[in-house]
Amino acid sequence: MTKTMMGAFAALLTAAALPALAQAPAPAPAPAAPAAAPAANANTLDAIRARGNLICGVSTGLAGFSMPDSQGAWRGFDVDFCRALAAAIFGDPSKVRFVPTTAQVRFTALQSGEVDILSRNTTWTLSRDTSLGLDFPTTTFYDGQGFMVKRSLNVTSAAQLEGATVCVQPGTTTEQNLADWSRAARVSIRPVVIERVEDNVSAYIAGRCDAYTTDVSGLAAVRSAQTTPNDHVILPDVISKEPLGPAVRHGDQRFADIVRWTHFGMLAAEELGLNSTNVQAAVGTETRPEAQRLLGKTGDLGRMLGLDNAWMVNVIRTVGNYSEVFERNLTPIGLQRGRNGLWTAQGGLQYAPPFR
Amino acid sequence: MSGASTDPRLLRKAPPRPLRISWSDERFRNIVYQVLVVAAVLTLFGWLWSNTRYNLEVRRIATGWGFLSREAGLPIGEHLIDYDPSMSYFRALLVGVLNTLKVAIIGIVLATVLGTLLGVARLSRNWMLAKFAGAYVEIVRDLPLLLQLLFWYSLLQGLPGPRQAFNPVTGVFLSNRGLKLPYIQWEAAHSWALLAFVVGVVITYFYRRAARAKQMRDGQIRPIWPFALAAILGLPLLVWAALGAPFTPDVPELRGFNFRGGLDVSPEFFALLLGLTLYTAGFIAEIVRAGILAVSQGQWEAAQALGLPRGRVMNLIVLPQAMRVIIPPMTSQFLNITKNSSLAVAIGYQDIVSIANTTLNQTGQAIEGIAIIMLVYLTISLSISLFMNWYNKRIALVER
Repeated sequence: MTKTMMGAFAALLTAAALPALAQAPAPAPAPAAPAAAPAANANTLDAIRARGNLICGVSTGLAGFSMPDSQGAWRGFDVDFCRALAAAIFGDPSKVRFVPTTAQVRFTALQSGEVDILSRNTTWTLSRDTSLGLDFPTTTFYDGQGFMVKRSLNVTSAAQLEGATVCVQPGTTTEQNLADWSRAARVSIRPVVIERVEDNVSAYIAGRCDAYTTDVSGLAAVRSAQTTPNDHVILPDVISKEPLGPAVRHGDQRFADIVRWTHFGMLAAEELGLNSTNVQAAVGTETRPEAQRLLGKTGDLGRMLGLDNAWMVNVIRTVGNYSEVFERNLTPIGLQRGRNGLWTAQGGLQYAPPFR
Repeated sequence: MSGASTDPRLLRKAPPRPLRISWSDERFRNIVYQVLVVAAVLTLFGWLWSNTRYNLEVRRIATGWGFLSREAGLPIGEHLIDYDPSMSYFRALLVGVLNTLKVAIIGIVLATVLGTLLGVARLSRNWMLAKFAGAYVEIVRDLPLLLQLLFWYSLLQGLPGPRQAFNPVTGVFLSNRGLKLPYIQWEAAHSWALLAFVVGVVITYFYRRAARAKQMRDGQIRPIWPFALAAILGLPLLVWAALGAPFTPDVPELRGFNFRGGLDVSPEFFALLLGLTLYTAGFIAEIVRAGILAVSQGQWEAAQALGLPRGRVMNLIVLPQAMRVIIPPMTSQFLNITKNSSLAVAIGYQDIVSIANTTLNQTGQAIEGIAIIMLVYLTISLSISLFMNWYNKRIALVER
């Protein structure tokens, strides 16, 4: 480009910028924007129905929560929650597409509309609830952060980890809790941060780290997946509260309601003794008023959510109640109901408001 | 390649002609087209900007740069400057930038040295050496870098634990926690000695220039190395000795879970450096080989006919010409090392991408996070390009 051409170009640029600037204060572009905003924000349920399936963001692989089995089908507690949601919306639990997301991309995937819901052991915190454009409709699993070490190290409490190298996943509350705890407990640790769960675990197994830290449920999952789980100990210290649950986009209350009440419905089913084997018969014979409302025999609860009145029958019949999902996925990896028991029967934290 | 000069005909000025406001005037047409293109581009960007802002607001996603001064709360394993999780996101990102620079700079130096050696080796008359260099280049160039990084990282993880570390020499430990080397306890005298070293290098440079200038006048070659040795090595030693010659070794030792003291090379850094260096050296070897082959055999023969010894033929005749071919593609390789260092995320080295990713995840400000990453790479890459272009111009053929 010769000099004169450059000069002309520069002059043109300023000239062209002027009309653009004059345009800027005019409100013209702003009203145009809402029309261009993706429909995902406006009405998730309609978008899911039009598409014919639910897109569910899960983790890249965590035994018990979300992990593909040998046939490639996704299995786990978080996976079953999405299946239940699909059953509530379509009456068919198979109408879900699972999208594996790492801890670092999960929120962007939800914000941008790539997934309808995140069901991947995500902790509910104030800053995520307010500044990420997310909503956490409910807590499906109450957890806390712990440490796992090799038995051969003879460590019995987290306070003995002074100077230890700890493997942790970046972009998680786990990472921040570790920093907080290290500061508060005055235990200096050296973090090794690796993005994928699998790589993190293999670094711990290979001995790159003395300890691996994540939610206790995650530790149990990793421990159970080892050839000799007994070589690893989960330390008794729990250093944080981790309420885990599904996350949806902020601003679509209707979809958030469906997510919230599907979880509550599964809790209520357990409370009422309804499960996948007896629910079909119960539809005809059920006489208890609340159970009748839950099953859609009386009342109009399903329609109030924008669903079919048989929504919970479909969920219970195809996926099961909360206890069935728990026992199918989490009991095998060695987790107890503990604080995830029903408040009404077992004194746990899981509590469904009335179906009325 | 070296054609940095412009065709002199282009520099000649066209006779001035008034601009006619008419479609038949080519200059007028050009101006109209360009105004339209620029306006279209600006409108597009303006629309993207307002649309993004609107959507972020509707979805209640935080925006702005306020998060930079907020407490980061994220732990970082390796830091060149003082850092702890109670410091700000800005500080954490700065640590990330320095980690990127650290691996990029060391990688560039090592890859250049190794690549040059391999490139020369491939041209060697020694059959085995040449074949080895050839095989190396073919293997390393043909495997994806990410695969190589994961290979080196898992290899380093396969080393024994700290309690069974290899201990070849006193104070040197190699384990799955990385390489621990003995170090000295850094004191003021060492900083002064380092300064003296830099001064020595500068003095030597000017001495060499003066010697060259004299050689131009009287044709006599003056050896530089005795002066260089004294200035570069002698001066710092003298400074160090004058300040009492402090020397307290800092030898790593196993205490509790880990080694304390000494110099620490983490497996993550080591794997990344190894991967980047070995991979890029393969490309640099080919660039160097091409550069040397680009100098025709006639140049060698002519120089030898003048009676120049082999070393001087290389230094005075062949290398200056080869450099003109080597430098431009070499710039690309330096840029590649810098950009490829972002693969660090896969093996847990906390470079700028890793830390900015975590930041954008914690704060939810993806656009700002990505903007920071782009700004950092753009700045580093442009700096490298500017330096290499300056160097290229300096060694380019000077037309008289």
